[in-house]
Amino acid sequence: MAGDRILLSHGEGGKRTRDLIRKVIAKRFENPVLSPLLDSGLLGRLEGEIAFTTDGYVVTPAIFPGGDIGRLAVCGTLNDLAVCGARPVAISCSLILEEGFPVETLESILDSMKVAAQEGNVVVACGDTKVVEKGNADGIFITTAGIGVLHDGWRPAPEKVRPGDRVILSGTMGDHQAAILIARNRLEISANIESDVAPLSSMLLEVLAAFGGKVRFMRDPTRGGVGVSLNEMAESSRSRILLDEKRLPVAESVRGVCEILGFDPLYLANEGKALLIVDGKAADSIIGTLRGKRYGRDAAIIGEVTEGQPGVLMRTAVGGLRAVDYPVGDQLPRIC
Amino acid sequence: MRYLDAFRDPSLARALVEKIHSLGAGRPPVRVMEVCGTHTMAIARNGIRALLGGGVILVSGPGCPVCVTHDGYIDTAIALGRRPEVVLATFGDMVKVPGTSSSLEKERGNGADVRVVYSPLDAVELAARSPEREIVFLGVGFETTAPTIAGAIEAASRRGLANFSVLASVRTIPGAMDVLAADPAVRIEGFLCPAHVSAIIGSDAYRPLVEKRGIPCVVAGFEPLDILCGISMLLLQKREGAARVENEYSRVATPGGNRKALALIGRVFEKCDTSWRGIGVLPGTGLAIAEAYAAFDAERKFGIEVPLTERETACRCGDVLKGIITPRECSLFAKACTPEDPVGPCMVSSEGTCAAFFKYGVQ
Repeated sequence: MAGDRILLSHGEGGKRTRDLIRKVIAKRFENPVLSPLLDSGLLGRLEGEIAFTTDGYVVTPAIFPGGDIGRLAVCGTLNDLAVCGARPVAISCSLILEEGFPVETLESILDSMKVAAQEGNVVVACGDTKVVEKGNADGIFITTAGIGVLHDGWRPAPEKVRPGDRVILSGTMGDHQAAILIARNRLEISANIESDVAPLSSMLLEVLAAFGGKVRFMRDPTRGGVGVSLNEMAESSRSRILLDEKRLPVAESVRGVCEILGFDPLYLANEGKALLIVDGKAADSIIGTLRGKRYGRDAAIIGEVTEGQPGVLMRTAVGGLRAVDYPVGDQLPRIC
Repeated sequence: MRYLDAFRDPSLARALVEKIHSLGAGRPPVRVMEVCGTHTMAIARNGIRALLGGGVILVSGPGCPVCVTHDGYIDTAIALGRRPEVVLATFGDMVKVPGTSSSLEKERGNGADVRVVYSPLDAVELAARSPEREIVFLGVGFETTAPTIAGAIEAASRRGLANFSVLASVRTIPGAMDVLAADPAVRIEGFLCPAHVSAIIGSDAYRPLVEKRGIPCVVAGFEPLDILCGISMLLLQKREGAARVENEYSRVATPGGNRKALALIGRVFEKCDTSWRGIGVLPGTGLAIAEAYAAFDAERKFGIEVPLTERETACRCGDVLKGIITPRECSLFAKACTPEDPVGPCMVSSEGTCAAFFKYGVQ
């Protein structure tokens, strides 16, 4: 369908809709749950505690260095399940397309959804496609929902966090948002930065299988970055987290861009990272397991839980101490 | 990025901290003003205040361009933004700053066309792309942004863009330092001079101040080691009873400054009196658009004038900007005035002293 564009009639329910769904969308995700194209995907019986999540994806540009909105829509939902300790069972895929969107681009986005779903070992069980008039959307919006089954005997337990526990970040921070910023802002900075968008299910489930309750709870530091997620973790576990600035993993290229633009990588979004609060005694072994995995190579212990008022503090590289708070509004480039 | 690590080296930092402690030992604390907002932020972000011991008191100065911009300027910008043909192009920091009754953020919500740009040249491009609109750039800043604003005006002039203009609110630092140096309420004993501003104006620009007021000045970079080293140089001068201009930031700032940038400022701007929020009108510390470029001066183009009035509030930004109080001594701090709902500009700007204390302060 090279050169073809999405038309309003692709969303009107007639033959064009049917063709788009069958020949472009369902064809790619072929599996026994989806393929009958019923009004619901029938998942059969699920054993265990069920996790359920949903997220909308509206990123601009839709295709960016290191991934695209399709890979993001699958990985984001898989990771929301994974940090709750859930093995993914099925995801949905709801597309909102803007009239005039190139079919070829849609196909490449669906291809990367397919690859990400395969990598995450999950089926696309149901979907929906709507077309809106030109100007009423930004090319393509995707919403996915996901169902998973919790790792046997484990559930997130922020109440079990104790002083002496360690905070682990599964890799470098800020890559996703730095890649998007550069792609979006015509900043004329040439930096080789790719989004970290990746499915973390198999890595995190392996950690849970090996360490169980030694892992207190996990978060994926997406919007707001590590800084915001850690504040939320400190709040929900009523604990004080002390970070060590020297140990925070940041890719050199991301650091460079942040230095130039005045951004703090602590508050830049990630799409393939997890934060874990773990038993202090098991922390080194957990790091060992993570570093053996493709998406955990740069995992690091970035801080510890200490006595004191709930909140996040940081021991700075030069030995000072400061608060790490929620940011207010967008980060802005410096003007002076 | 080894270059950055070099200026954040923990063991060198420890050595400098020890030096600062030994220079300060057994003496009354020295009041040092870091003039520039970027220094204020770097000090807070690196937790430097807690490292210094009792020998030095750091007070924050007026070197945050957004913070010293007064209500009257914001009100004028808002009035311009209400004209249907006008697009306001601004640095992001200005968007939330409250004027007497509104802010650019609120105006945007009401339908004004306010665009955040990263450089004044982006506003020139916008003017070239939108010939049917009037693009007004909110030219706020010090000697650091003045050359790029001047460059944008020259570019617009070269390209014959009649729909581009600048609402200028540009200030120069040394004159304001001189006023603060003379103020007995502020009691400054040493100036940590800004890095970027000094890269433009040169370290010699502080010589008249040192000679007149006998206060040591050290130009320092924005990295943690730069700041610690700059403070130790100031303490050393105090111990010697000396008052000199010294340059810790010699890798970038030279005695004579950036001649090209200074020439550009000289072509496009001329000295004027200007009002600093909380400090008042300081003669000769502003830069107004010169007659030759009057066509690009929004005040002349639209026949308006930025008033020098200020609103009466309980906000003590003025005292904070002069280093008379720390933000926590203001009754509004973290209560009625927060970064989400700021009363004064020091809480808005990413370089504001109140924002730095709010964001990085350890309770």
